[in-house]
Amino acid sequence: MTDKTTIAAISTPMGTGGVGIIRISGEKAMEITDKVFKAFSGNALVSSEGYKAHFGRIFDGETAVDEAICLVFKAPHSYTGENVVEINCHGGVFIMKKILRLVLSNGASPAAPGEFTKRAFLNGKMDLSKAEGVMSLISAQGEQGANAAYNLLEGSLSRKINEINSSLLSVAAHMAAWVDYPDDEIEEIDDTNLRNTVQTALIEINTLLSRFDSGMAVTTGVEAAIVGKPNVGKSTLMNLLTGYDRSIVTAVEGTTRDVVEETVNLNGCILRLSDTAGMRETGDLVEKIGVDRSRKKLERAAVIFAVFDISRELSDEDIELIEMCKGKTVIPIINKTDLDRKADISIIENNFGKCVAISAKDGDGYDELCETVTTLIGTKNFDTTAAMLANERQRLCCENASASLKEALDAMDFGLTLDAIGVCIDGAIAALLELTGQKASEAVVDEVFRQFCVGK
Amino acid sequence: MEYFAKKYQVIVIGAGHAGIEAGLAAARLGCETCVFTINLDWVGNMACNPSIGGTSKGHLVREIDALGGEMGKAADANTLQSRILNLGKGPAVHSLRAQIDRRLYSDHMKHVLELQENLDLRQAEITDLHQLDDGTWQVKTHLEAVYTADCVILATGTFLAGKVYVGDVSYESGPDGMFPANKLAVALKNMGLPTRRFKTGTPSRVNRRSVDFSKLEIQEGDENIVTFSFDCNCEVKNKLPCYVTYTNLETKDIILKNLHRSPLYGGKIDGKGPRYCPSIEDKIVRFAEKERHQIFIEPCGENTEEMYLQGLSSSLPEDVQLKFIHSIPGLENAETMRTAYAIEYDCVDPLALKASLEFNDYSGLFGAGQFNGSSGYEEAAAQGLVAGINAAHKILGKEPLILERSGSYIGTLIDDLVTKGCSDPYRMMTSRSEYRLLLRQDNADHRLTPIGYEIGLISEKRYQKYLKKLELIDIEKKRVQNLVISPGEEINKLLVSRETSPLNTGVRFAELLKRPQLNYELLTPFDKERPALPYEVFEQVEIDIKYEGYIKRQQAQVDEMHRLEVKKLPEDTDYNSIHGLRLEAREKLSKIRPHNIGQASRISGVSPSDISVLLIYLEKECKK
Repeated sequence: MTDKTTIAAISTPMGTGGVGIIRISGEKAMEITDKVFKAFSGNALVSSEGYKAHFGRIFDGETAVDEAICLVFKAPHSYTGENVVEINCHGGVFIMKKILRLVLSNGASPAAPGEFTKRAFLNGKMDLSKAEGVMSLISAQGEQGANAAYNLLEGSLSRKINEINSSLLSVAAHMAAWVDYPDDEIEEIDDTNLRNTVQTALIEINTLLSRFDSGMAVTTGVEAAIVGKPNVGKSTLMNLLTGYDRSIVTAVEGTTRDVVEETVNLNGCILRLSDTAGMRETGDLVEKIGVDRSRKKLERAAVIFAVFDISRELSDEDIELIEMCKGKTVIPIINKTDLDRKADISIIENNFGKCVAISAKDGDGYDELCETVTTLIGTKNFDTTAAMLANERQRLCCENASASLKEALDAMDFGLTLDAIGVCIDGAIAALLELTGQKASEAVVDEVFRQFCVGK
Repeated sequence: MEYFAKKYQVIVIGAGHAGIEAGLAAARLGCETCVFTINLDWVGNMACNPSIGGTSKGHLVREIDALGGEMGKAADANTLQSRILNLGKGPAVHSLRAQIDRRLYSDHMKHVLELQENLDLRQAEITDLHQLDDGTWQVKTHLEAVYTADCVILATGTFLAGKVYVGDVSYESGPDGMFPANKLAVALKNMGLPTRRFKTGTPSRVNRRSVDFSKLEIQEGDENIVTFSFDCNCEVKNKLPCYVTYTNLETKDIILKNLHRSPLYGGKIDGKGPRYCPSIEDKIVRFAEKERHQIFIEPCGENTEEMYLQGLSSSLPEDVQLKFIHSIPGLENAETMRTAYAIEYDCVDPLALKASLEFNDYSGLFGAGQFNGSSGYEEAAAQGLVAGINAAHKILGKEPLILERSGSYIGTLIDDLVTKGCSDPYRMMTSRSEYRLLLRQDNADHRLTPIGYEIGLISEKRYQKYLKKLELIDIEKKRVQNLVISPGEEINKLLVSRETSPLNTGVRFAELLKRPQLNYELLTPFDKERPALPYEVFEQVEIDIKYEGYIKRQQAQVDEMHRLEVKKLPEDTDYNSIHGLRLEAREKLSKIRPHNIGQASRISGVSPSDISVLLIYLEKECKK
């Protein structure tokens, strides 16, 4: 199978490593890179004979962004069997994202989970025996990507997108009802109203897009949750992890009072860390909501810091927590080593391996914990770009929606009939719905019957 | 006593709109076919509204015609009034609708079936159906005759375990007082078909003599009539008009006071009703703020005084119906001839079907029409045609006909049914097609006639006529692209009066046609050399030029999707053994068994990474 699109992604872990690589694969890899990269030699990458390194600078329009080395591999002599360019740049998160963004806005699409490997297989760069491995890889990365997308979908950004979408759905449904039920008394589409709705949606989407660029809507890193029953010292651990290190990237005010989120950098590993409400059965409604949210966090987190109090015997709640964490990537932590050891931790170690002993209060065991985290994340090969990917996809969807709405406005200005305008609006809705997997035509049809009294 | 009557290649159960097309297609493709109906006097009965077409339904009829089906021709031959709906809203949504003489339509269709070579038409209730060990199917009639066939097409409409409700009265019945098919319903259930209950309804009919027309708005047909069939040889004229009236607060009051007597609100009916075809009580409850609802009064035929009250479908008791009808202007003294009723019936979950409309689990058994969960004559006929073709193809050893959703409303309809299923009776709408700028009623022949010809349902003569039209379009398009119009007082006067910019330099005629404010007709004085061509040719050229950019954009989406549609998934794929598929995807894929990757990608619960996994699996299988 030959896929016509050219894809791009950051192919090194998102940390603060020295060098970052952005990989671009597809027929137009060189062509696209040429739009953002100028070699000091003055030679374009499209004329490169392949297997060559080119030194130069990355440009955003007229502004130089970074110095970079581009490695050019010509089809079929590359990892994927297609034309491939690898941009080696400085490894900061901001720079890498910025360069990827430039590449994407010049014609590349964000790579889907496992897509480089998939292409490598489909282009015969791997033998048959590897097929199953590739399939599991795609499946696993897809799952991570989906979780990451889900995270984003719950935030304020997605609320905004839903808001825009519902105003568009409402006009699309009106148009559909007006067209599909010409005999019913459907109010005529008012041109000014239609234009206003489309224009407002366009402005809001463009505002979102500009916010993406300033990084406000972007969060990256490995999703990690601190969990444990009440009073085992979760918040103290949170303070230890965030306070000790000065490289706090952002402090996001949680949407709820009960889950506090911080982005922290532990020896170059970026974690999106949430401190959750203590897990216990409770009759109190507010607390119950908090506990439910903690459970959700626990389900979604890529890494779990499970905290146990060594100074008390393990309770049913601890055992329940162990059950809940089974099958996940868990760092078991026994806290309060400054007090007497009363708990029998064998059941914890049987499930999750050796515990990290700390005293969050006075900082003992911090180094050991950092080391455990970095080894785990290093060896587990976390796809830290999952959230980034979901985010880039969201941005791309917004961009497609923006283009469709622009087209709708142009069609209106030109004086075209509503069928053409309607198709453009549907296109915008489809782009906005892409992340939730809903189909535009179904959403519109459902909305018609909700809003309008139509039919014989 | 049971006796063996005859062996056929195809047996169609039901002679409604689906059964007719199914039977005709199979017979025309050379299969010995028998169509069974419970009542031979109502072949192709319009049990509800006396009209064919309408938004997106008109598209379906034209597509059926382009493929070589019968509905369009029969409708043209029996039209009482014809209108194009949605004029001014754009060519993609222009829709043809015709009021039809119900009795004549039925007689017409019956006669077409009777005259059809290879086809027998028989009145009998089919009471049993099962598959024999050698794979052939056996049906039994209520008179104990046994027939066998290679393929059976179920087109049972609302007859299957039909039950009629009028207020607190209910009884087992098919539509219009005909017998229900109860034994067949049991037989299908015993076979293990996933059946369920849907419901639909129809309004009252009143006597024309009792209507006060002085209080009604009249609705006339179009002056220039466009026919459904691309191959129509008859002259179509408007014969009878329709009328419009409205319900009022009194109607609302009567209905609300008696709501508890409705079986729908009283909870007696479990069947899922169509959302787009609400009863008057539904409309009044759900849209409480509306003071009035529009009612159309439509003629049922030239030889009858019956008039159909579109918009008054109801399952309230008869006495309540009479009361609320009499509250409506023009109907104060209306004499009801037939009472509105709701009907509940068995149908199948269409997810059990392939895109060919054959059952996944029963080789040689097909479903079509309301039986598949759809609603509407046109939707039924479209499926009947496809089921008939595919039954014949199976017998002839040919590949099944699967129309892509990007190429037709018929393809969209079937893809929706077999991929997404339906939770209420499925009605076609233009908004259901993401490719609607391409799927216009005016170009249905362009999209489907070559397919109909290849199948063998379009004659050589008709195909040549179609090719000629294409050639003319092509020549005319080239002509307008080369023709230069020079600026001048006359043309600029026209342009300014149409609120579009005047010319400074010469422009191509095609460029002028692109402007939405202009059309062929307006530009006639500046196009002296224009050849005399049929209207349809100018229409195509103008639409192609005006919507070029949008058409190209949709075509690009189609091409993108097509890459996935050509990747076939073998029928015997064992999804449970494919490494890497998520559990939900395995379950859905095993149930729906998509015929290609494109269809798989439209199944809810199948993620993009599942699709990647499937692509690799396919590659692996073919490398083996």
